[in-house]
Amino acid sequence: MEFQIAMTGFVALYIFMLAGFAGWVIIGGVPAILHTPLMSGSNFVHGIVVVGGIFALLNASTVLEQAIGFFAVLLGAGNAAGGYAVTDRMLAMFQVSGSKRHHAKSRHAKAKHTRKV
Amino acid sequence: MLPMIPQLTIGVTDLAAAFLFMYGLKRMSSPVTAPSGIFAAGLGMLVAILASFLYAFSVGAAAKPHLPINVGLAVLALVVGGGAAWWSGRKVAMTTMPQMVALYNGMGGGAAGAIAAVELFGGKAQGSTQLVVTLIGALIGAVSLSGSLIAWAKLDGVIKKPLRVWGQQAFNGCVMLVTLGIGGYIVFVVQSGAAPLLAMSSLITLFFGCALVFGILMTLPIGGADMPVVISIYNALTGLAVGLEGFVLQNPALMIAGMVVGAAGTLLTLLMAKAMNRSVSNVIFTNFGAAAKHKHGAIKGSLKPVQAGDAGIFMRYASKVIIVPGYGLAAAQGQQKLYEFVKLLQAAGVEVKFAIHPVAGRMPGQMDVLLAEAGVPYDIIFQLEDINDDFAAADVALVIGANDVVNPAARDDKSSPIFGMPILNADKAKKVYVVKRGEGKGYADIENALFYADNCEMVYGDAQAVLGKMIEAVRGLGLSAAA
Repeated sequence: MEFQIAMTGFVALYIFMLAGFAGWVIIGGVPAILHTPLMSGSNFVHGIVVVGGIFALLNASTVLEQAIGFFAVLLGAGNAAGGYAVTDRMLAMFQVSGSKRHHAKSRHAKAKHTRKV
Repeated sequence: MLPMIPQLTIGVTDLAAAFLFMYGLKRMSSPVTAPSGIFAAGLGMLVAILASFLYAFSVGAAAKPHLPINVGLAVLALVVGGGAAWWSGRKVAMTTMPQMVALYNGMGGGAAGAIAAVELFGGKAQGSTQLVVTLIGALIGAVSLSGSLIAWAKLDGVIKKPLRVWGQQAFNGCVMLVTLGIGGYIVFVVQSGAAPLLAMSSLITLFFGCALVFGILMTLPIGGADMPVVISIYNALTGLAVGLEGFVLQNPALMIAGMVVGAAGTLLTLLMAKAMNRSVSNVIFTNFGAAAKHKHGAIKGSLKPVQAGDAGIFMRYASKVIIVPGYGLAAAQGQQKLYEFVKLLQAAGVEVKFAIHPVAGRMPGQMDVLLAEAGVPYDIIFQLEDINDDFAAADVALVIGANDVVNPAARDDKSSPIFGMPILNADKAKKVYVVKRGEGKGYADIENALFYADNCEMVYGDAQAVLGKMIEAVRGLGLSAAA
């Protein structure tokens, strides 16, 4: 059995075309309020480059290749981890009126206010 | 069959990762599902990274003896790089988000460039197509790395002024041509087998050097206000570089993820440029603000300062208030105080809405994030096109730390450099309060006629301090009424 697919010539171009189209359509539906998390989220997604870095490093046979491969994994891991951390942090903050955190806060503010009075 | 298991596992996890990335990005299209979206994408990333260690079973004979060391190095790089970035990403203030995105993006570009470097130095890229694609990916990755680092330095205030020299663009063009020339020569040497003028490794080093220099030179003349567009371009470019290196490594997950980001980033760049009323080429190739800076039209009226407390009380008795926040609010860390004030107004029965300009903050959507961080629910936050008609019916427009995005010159003054930029019609409100640190000009360095208008009064001071005074005044009102 052979699981390796050869992605050469037109097959690769088809993959690129469909993926590009998918990206365009997916992002087209995002409201302006989410543009910053989205930029950071797509920034996270290309952190997948770390997988390529690991492949290159594992196949390294000279010190130079090892050094550059190490660099690739280091940077790729930074891209992925950093991108996830900031995106997740931003998205966790969005909430609607009357959500739990909002209520707790306004109750707190009210309590302070009545105490003063 | 047994040796096939690692390969099959990698294939399945990569497929799952590609699906999860697209599914996750799709779920990010609404604030309600967005947190689960990034989680799905994160899960995809995690399994793909873990599975990638299975490549250890299929390394070539030359790399076999080095395998234990290489695996160790990979784990070390993952822990150090991932750990440092995770820690910084968790810790940084929300106001510094644009430069963090620039930094992480540069890392991705650098990783793509480094992968290409391993392929090139190791002579692993076979065939002209592979070689050309590797070189293009290397070029884009390297430009994205150095360009993003300059963007980071600019946003972080390390580099303060745009560097502009006469003939800069022609020089940049030459650097680009030289880079392409070296790339072409590398392809020629490898294909024809001719003896190169320089050692192959020097040629490759020179190629990367030129590409990195080009990224720096291209970004240096661009002003800080345009950096969001630039970061978005580099985000798309990094995606493209990752996609191309994915082709070289025959990894469909990289190809798909990279190209999705490439397309998404391109669309996002166009949306941002449109919101600023600039074309993308205009952002990159012209020096904004340098040309029409000194053309001040005659502005009638005078600046009318008002006490913060009086303005606060006036708003307490208004029925409809629209708040226009800008970067100055975030710079003063005034978002929490602002929401406290808003809650006081709401408790008094005032209808409060937030109006967000597409480029408020330093990055589209950043102001939404900063308000969300302070606890402001997103259903009272409105985007430009949804709220602009409401200003005419509003009693008060409260402009805090924003300037250019409410400058009527964008609507009326054809000679203004921001003419044509969509603005928030704050000047249409019955009363306008502008909270500002001093009498200085905005980011675009243009006088604002709104500040001199008859219905506008200025509240000078740090946004946080001003809001504190407003809160005090309104609370004091409640006290005297009770007494």
